[in-house]
Amino acid sequence: MMLNRKNKGRTGRLGSMVAITAVAALALTACNSGSASSTDTSSPSAGGGDQKITFIPKQLNNPYTDVVLGGGKKGATEAGFASSQVVGPLEASASSQVSFINAETQAGTNVIAIAANDPDAVCTALGEARSAGAKIVAFDSDTNPDCRDIFISQVVAKDVALIQTKLISEQIGGSGEIAILSATANATNQNEWIKYMEEELASNPAYKDIKLVAKVYGDDNDTKSFQEAQGLMQAHPNLKGIISPTTVGIAATARYLSTSAYKGKVALTGLGLPNEMRPFVKDGTVKEFALWDPAQLGYVAAFAGKALKDGKITGAEGDTFTAGELGERKVEKGGLVIVGPPTVFNAENIDKYNF
Amino acid sequence: MSSALDHKNATTPAPDAGARGAVASLLRMRELPVLIALALLVLITYLINPLFLTAQGVKDLLLNATIIMILAVGQTLLIITRNIDLSVGSMLGLVAFGTGSLFSAMPDVPIIAVFVIGMAFGALLGAVNGALVTLAKVPALVITLGTLYVYRGLNNAWAGGKQYFAGDRPEEFGALSVNTFLGFPVITLLAIVVVIAVAIYMSGTRPGRDLYAIGSDPDAATAFGIKVSKRVFLAFLANGALAGLAGVLYASRFNSVGATTGTGMELTVVAAAVVGGVAIFGGSGSVTGAALGAVLLTTITSSLTALRVDKFWQQAIVGVLILTAIIIDRVASLRTAKKLRISEARNV
Amino acid sequence: MSETTSTTSTAPAPVADNTKPLASEPKGRTGAARILMGRDAVTIYALVAFLIYAAIAIPRFASPVTTGFLLLDVIPVLLIAMPMTLIIITGEIDLSVASTAGLTSALMGVLWAGGTDIWLALAISLLAGIAAGMFNGFLIAVLGLPSLAVTIGTLALFRGLALVIIGDNAVANFPKALTAFFTSKIGGTGIPTVMIGVVVVMVFFGVLLHFTPFGRGLYAMGYSKEAASFVGINVARSKFWLYVGSGAVSALAGIYWTLRYTSARSDNASGLELAVIAAVLLGGVSIFGGKGSIPGVIAGVLLIGTLNYALRLARVSDVVLITVTGLLLILSVVAPSIGSAIRQWRHTRRVRRSFTRKAT
Repeated sequence: MMLNRKNKGRTGRLGSMVAITAVAALALTACNSGSASSTDTSSPSAGGGDQKITFIPKQLNNPYTDVVLGGGKKGATEAGFASSQVVGPLEASASSQVSFINAETQAGTNVIAIAANDPDAVCTALGEARSAGAKIVAFDSDTNPDCRDIFISQVVAKDVALIQTKLISEQIGGSGEIAILSATANATNQNEWIKYMEEELASNPAYKDIKLVAKVYGDDNDTKSFQEAQGLMQAHPNLKGIISPTTVGIAATARYLSTSAYKGKVALTGLGLPNEMRPFVKDGTVKEFALWDPAQLGYVAAFAGKALKDGKITGAEGDTFTAGELGERKVEKGGLVIVGPPTVFNAENIDKYNF
Repeated sequence: MSSALDHKNATTPAPDAGARGAVASLLRMRELPVLIALALLVLITYLINPLFLTAQGVKDLLLNATIIMILAVGQTLLIITRNIDLSVGSMLGLVAFGTGSLFSAMPDVPIIAVFVIGMAFGALLGAVNGALVTLAKVPALVITLGTLYVYRGLNNAWAGGKQYFAGDRPEEFGALSVNTFLGFPVITLLAIVVVIAVAIYMSGTRPGRDLYAIGSDPDAATAFGIKVSKRVFLAFLANGALAGLAGVLYASRFNSVGATTGTGMELTVVAAAVVGGVAIFGGSGSVTGAALGAVLLTTITSSLTALRVDKFWQQAIVGVLILTAIIIDRVASLRTAKKLRISEARNV
Repeated sequence: MSETTSTTSTAPAPVADNTKPLASEPKGRTGAARILMGRDAVTIYALVAFLIYAAIAIPRFASPVTTGFLLLDVIPVLLIAMPMTLIIITGEIDLSVASTAGLTSALMGVLWAGGTDIWLALAISLLAGIAAGMFNGFLIAVLGLPSLAVTIGTLALFRGLALVIIGDNAVANFPKALTAFFTSKIGGTGIPTVMIGVVVVMVFFGVLLHFTPFGRGLYAMGYSKEAASFVGINVARSKFWLYVGSGAVSALAGIYWTLRYTSARSDNASGLELAVIAAVLLGGVSIFGGKGSIPGVIAGVLLIGTLNYALRLARVSDVVLITVTGLLLILSVVAPSIGSAIRQWRHTRRVRRSFTRKAT
């Protein structure tokens, strides 16, 4: 009986194959011909009544992103969008955002606000979204400038770099070896800040005794960042300071340092969330670190999207739009919009913040 | 009949061959290749970069190995019976997040209670796997691949975007990963106790040895009267409890626990067991070997960093290590089989 | 459950009548019933049912845009599932497929960034995939090492080599004409142009498995290696070529991935192997070997792909997607098991009844 079961015979197999091809082809093409036009999306809707915005962050389940998205939701309601959604991959990888962009294109979303894991991998999909009538707002982490209409940056990229180098220099006494523990290797925002940091360290005479010995990547993964921090201390025993321009990285490094013999001996600074970093500031592992209010980032992104969709701005240099209660914002060269200056957190003021 | 008796007489060892026999059995020890590899690795790295073995360095090595060690021990129980459990990463994530939520909801809960609850939770998850495999008589690879997805989905649904950080847990709990006792971090001592306990169980007790029988030849084991289903179910339960323990320890050591905790650990754990000499075909291998394999795998990344080897080579080297371990294991088992055949042929 | 007849003459033991089959026993299925109620057919019905449901319940699902995006998403899994089916049918497994794809991607990126002609780069990357397959095949088929363990090792090795080759960089400036081709569609149907190539691969493996002696030999190998070699099948050589095929197709998937996303990175296609195996198992292939078919696997891949796409379009969270995939997988193996257990129990009951009837 067992052998017979296998011998389905040629007709059986051929039948199965024909059946499945026919069925699949029928199901999809019949639907194609019979359906109402669904590719014609949102261009005619000039009124603001039923506009939709979708946020696609680098990844979900990231505390920093959650704050940004909270601000984005608030901004979307105030700006006049009918609805706002958040979709995104569970892990920050380059190609995982593409299928979400495609789904938004098909759903006819009017504005897509995206923080890109890789500036180029999402380009084709964004291009298709734009030809379907959507406006693209990049926030936090830029895409290739050809693929988006406007880019909302939390602070001037150079300022972010400058403040981190200033903090680390103060904390290590102006001389010594330092390392950088970043997010993913292709993250646009971190790479831009690192570039400015390296330029600053090379050109500024005040930092001439500070040497950058390593750059490692924790991929915004807590365990990996923890292990990279360990690796740094093993490979560079004379390390005096670590800069981590990513909230996941600085928190993981802080945890490692505070549970090790290096606590208090190796300085740590970077970009961190006050709620996450509070215990480490209190126990002395971290003296000072910086950030901005991430909620403002999402807030401004929502207003920018609305202004684009209503045709008030096109993303060209010199355009201005009103970002709700934050006032007027001007578009700089390359479609760039700045939200505001960074904030420095330390033991004195950290209890004032709750994000 | 008479030939069997002759066989027995012929192989009674002479008294003065006792010492030689001990050395020979030591050399034949299945864990020997892993032990030698580990010793060589540590020695060479230390000679090149003495900072590899500072107090902090040794502590880090031991701490890194702890969680994978415990998971590898559980996995060995299953691999020996010709099963596998790919959902350990998801189970660890669920229990780790559960620990975080527990501390957040009841900050004064005694730490012992947290361990018990964590292990019980893990055992429950393992029992689901075990029930599906033994009742439905379905291959473990498929079931645990499915539960890998389902448990991860549950973790995401439960946690959402929420994460618990080290600051949300009591200091004493986090201190378990920092304080040392006799030079070993507390959680590593815990892991070592677990390894010893399970090793004794596997080699010294009847149920433990039954697992080897089930893996060697399930039909013979059934014919012999071993309750295969019950043993396999208990093995899955034990693996779940150990994964639960690992989850609690993870929450103690690392900073954040959330929806993605533990993703991707399963292949590392199976690799650790394989490197440690546990045959993927079932029926042979030991938990001590698997624990040593876990230590070797975690040490290699640290030692490559200490040797300043370009970190891009690390994963490739780990791959080569796994393949080498498989080949050595195969060669060793072929030689043992040949020796057995020859020695039995001599007595015919 | 075989009936035993006692030959001692003391007391006639109750004997079931074995001259004719039990009247109410189900006969084996024949003809149309065999096709329409077989394992493959169930997966196909589930696929069709879900397609119809999605077309009705989810707005904008039924359109050429869906066909395009869905197929583009599903192509890597579909491609790799083909040789994977054949490998699992012989009782082996290949976990290194995603790493081979990643290695190919990294190699392509580095060659192109170094100035090599794009076609030469593609050819070399394909050859690299074939070499990777040969490496696997040598270890598994020739040396006889266990495939699960070996491919876990090569999973790490190939991904590691990808890291060594391209490091942390990403290469993105591939020729626009080529990348546009990969996302282009045929006319107004929405079907991507590259589907033609994918269909060729599917037909090749389908014909190989179901219409050639080589393919039938694979089933035999899955049932019993020893019996297969006694019959004259060269087990080692067949498995070797299967792994070479797997390496080649994984390379194709890697090339597709790189050109579709316009990005060559070391972590491309990471984690794809589990998705492929889940889809193959859902398609009715038994992990023990010896059972399975290509149409079933195609249906399985399309089913998971459609589920993912439709739920994403309906903005259902990925959480639900993951849980549903897992439950489907478990159900797909547990249900037949329960089914056969019930059939077994019913058969035993019938035999017992026929015993008691005869004895009275």
